Amino acid sequence: MNTFASRFSSTSAGAELSKAKAIAMEDDDFSDASWGSEAGYGSLAKGVPTFSIPSVADPTAFLRLHTDDSSDPNCRIKIQHGTTTLAFRFKGGVIVAVDSRATAGSYVASGTVKKVIEINPYLLGTMAGGAADCQYWETYLGIHCRLHELRNRERISVSAASKYLSNLVYGYKGMGLSMGTMICGWDKTGPAIFYVDSDGTRLKGDLFSVGSGSTFAYGVLDQGYHWDLSDEEAQELGRRSIYAAGHRDAFSGNTCNLYHVKEDGWKFIGNYDVSKMHYEGPGDVPGSAGVAYGYDIRVEGRSSADS
Amino acid sequence: MPAMLSTQPHGLPHPHMQTEQGPQQRQFNPYTENGGTILAIAGKDFSVIAGDTRQSEGYSIQTRYAPKVFRLTDRAVLAVNGFAADGNMFVKKVRQRLEWYRHAHAKDMPLRAIARLIQTMLYARRFFPYYVYNILGGIEEDGSGAVYSFDPVGSYEREACRAAGAAQSLVQPFLDNQIYFKNQTPAPGTSHPTHLPLPTVLKLVIDSFTGATERHIEVGDGLEIYVVLAKGASTQALEGIRGIQETTVTNDGERVFIIQRELKKD
Repeated sequence: MNTFASRFSSTSAGAELSKAKAIAMEDDDFSDASWGSEAGYGSLAKGVPTFSIPSVADPTAFLRLHTDDSSDPNCRIKIQHGTTTLAFRFKGGVIVAVDSRATAGSYVASGTVKKVIEINPYLLGTMAGGAADCQYWETYLGIHCRLHELRNRERISVSAASKYLSNLVYGYKGMGLSMGTMICGWDKTGPAIFYVDSDGTRLKGDLFSVGSGSTFAYGVLDQGYHWDLSDEEAQELGRRSIYAAGHRDAFSGNTCNLYHVKEDGWKFIGNYDVSKMHYEGPGDVPGSAGVAYGYDIRVEGRSSADS
Repeated sequence: MPAMLSTQPHGLPHPHMQTEQGPQQRQFNPYTENGGTILAIAGKDFSVIAGDTRQSEGYSIQTRYAPKVFRLTDRAVLAVNGFAADGNMFVKKVRQRLEWYRHAHAKDMPLRAIARLIQTMLYARRFFPYYVYNILGGIEEDGSGAVYSFDPVGSYEREACRAAGAAQSLVQPFLDNQIYFKNQTPAPGTSHPTHLPLPTVLKLVIDSFTGATERHIEVGDGLEIYVVLAKGASTQALEGIRGIQETTVTNDGERVFIIQRELKKD
C-alpha cells in the first residue's frame, strides 16, 4: 500500500501507535527480547536470521556492482576468494585437508585462515568461496544440528545436516551467496561426505576437491587413492595433495590444515607449512617418508655443491 | 562530493540543456572510501589497537581529526576503517547492543562474544554491506591479549596482529617481519620470542604509522594508540609516556589507556 496514503489514512490512537512503531522500526526491527538476555544474538535475535536489503529495484545487481570482483576488479568491497580444499572417504574414516590462504585480488589478505569449520565434535565443514558465507551458515547449521539432537535424542546424520544446509542456501539462490563446501562426518551409516554449494548442488561421494587449486589436488589424490589406505597413508595423501595445489596454484598456499574423522568424532592432525614441505618435507609425522616433496627430487645430484 | 544518486549523462555536457533524450545511466552509490589505516597487535597480557586520524575523500582531506578507534568496554576496543559514515554507524550500533547486554546481565560482554556479535551484525547486512573493515582488540576472559579481524560481511579470525585500510599492504609485511619474524632466521642456539613486550610493540606501532605516513598519501595528521592491559598487568611500561590518558570506567581490573601522537600533515 502507498505509505504516504496509509500514514494519513487514520487518526485513532491505536493507528497512531502502530504508525509510530512502524516508523521506529523502519531501519532496524528488533523485538523487545533484544533488550534483555537476547541482546547478544545479532541478527539471530528473532530465531531466524533477518537481512537488510537496499531499497533499489534490483538488490542483487546492487550487491554485484559493489562486491563482485570478477566483473569489476576496482569494486570497493572485496570478498575473499581462492582456495584448495579436499576430503575423501576410506576404510579408516574421512580425511579433510585444506590450505590457509585468503586472497583479495592479487593481495594475500591472510595466510592463516581456518578453512575447516568445526560444526560440532562429529561434523566438519570446509570453506571455499565467500569466507563469511561459509563461516556464518555452517555455524548456523551447528545450532540446528544441536537442536536436532535435543528434539530427537539422537545425533543428526551427515546426510540430513548437509541437506539442511543445501535447502537453506537454495532459498537464497541468485542473491549472491558463494560457497562450495564439503560436510564431512561419521554417523550410523559410517563415514560420509556431502558436497554442497550455493547453486543448490548436493552430492554424496567418496572423494571431492573444491576451489581454484582443486585440479592440482585431484591429480595427486586420484593417483594415490584407494579404499584400503592405512590411516598414515591417507593422512600423507591429503597433505601431499594440498602441497601440490599450494605449489602450482597462486591463489592457494601458505599452510595445510589436516583433520581425520573417525567413529568417535574428528581429530585435528596438524598444520604444515607448504614451503617447508617443499624444501624439508612435513617433518617427523606418521605416513611421511621424511623427505622434501619438491626440492630434493628436483635437484638431487644436479647441484655443483653436491659433487 | 559524490551525490547519493549520481547521474552520468552520455554525449551531452550539461544535462539541463538537453533537448533530445539521450541514454542516461543512473545508479545507487551509497559508498565512498575515506582512507586511513588501522592496526592491532596482541601481547601476552595486553593488546594495542591504533589508527591514524586523517579522513579524506579522493585527494582532499576532509578533517585531520576523525577517530577510527573506539573503546567499547574496559576490555574491548574496536578499530573501524573504510567508509567513515558506515563505520561510525556500525560502532554506534555495537555499543547499543553492548549496553543492552550490560542491562540484562549486569556485566560487560566477553571479548569472544563481542567478536561473534560483530560477525552476526555484519552478516545481517550481507546483501547491503557496511563498507568497513573491523579490527577488535582487547583482553580475553583467560587474561590473554587478543586481536580479531573481520571482513566487511563478517568472516573473522583471531590473530596476533593485523593491519587494515589504505596502507595495509605497506604495514602488514613490516608486522609479519617484526612480530611473526617471517623470513628471519634466529642466530644459532637462540629462538624468536613468542610474545613481545609492550614497549617493543608500542615502538613498532609508531614506526608503522610514521612509515605509512611517508609513503601513503591517505595516512597522516594524528595517531591514536589504545592500550588494553589485563587484570594485574604491570603499568610500568606506560609510565612516563608523554600525553598518556587512562579511560578505564570500571574496577574490574582491565585498564584502557590512550596515547596520542602527531603525524606529518602534508
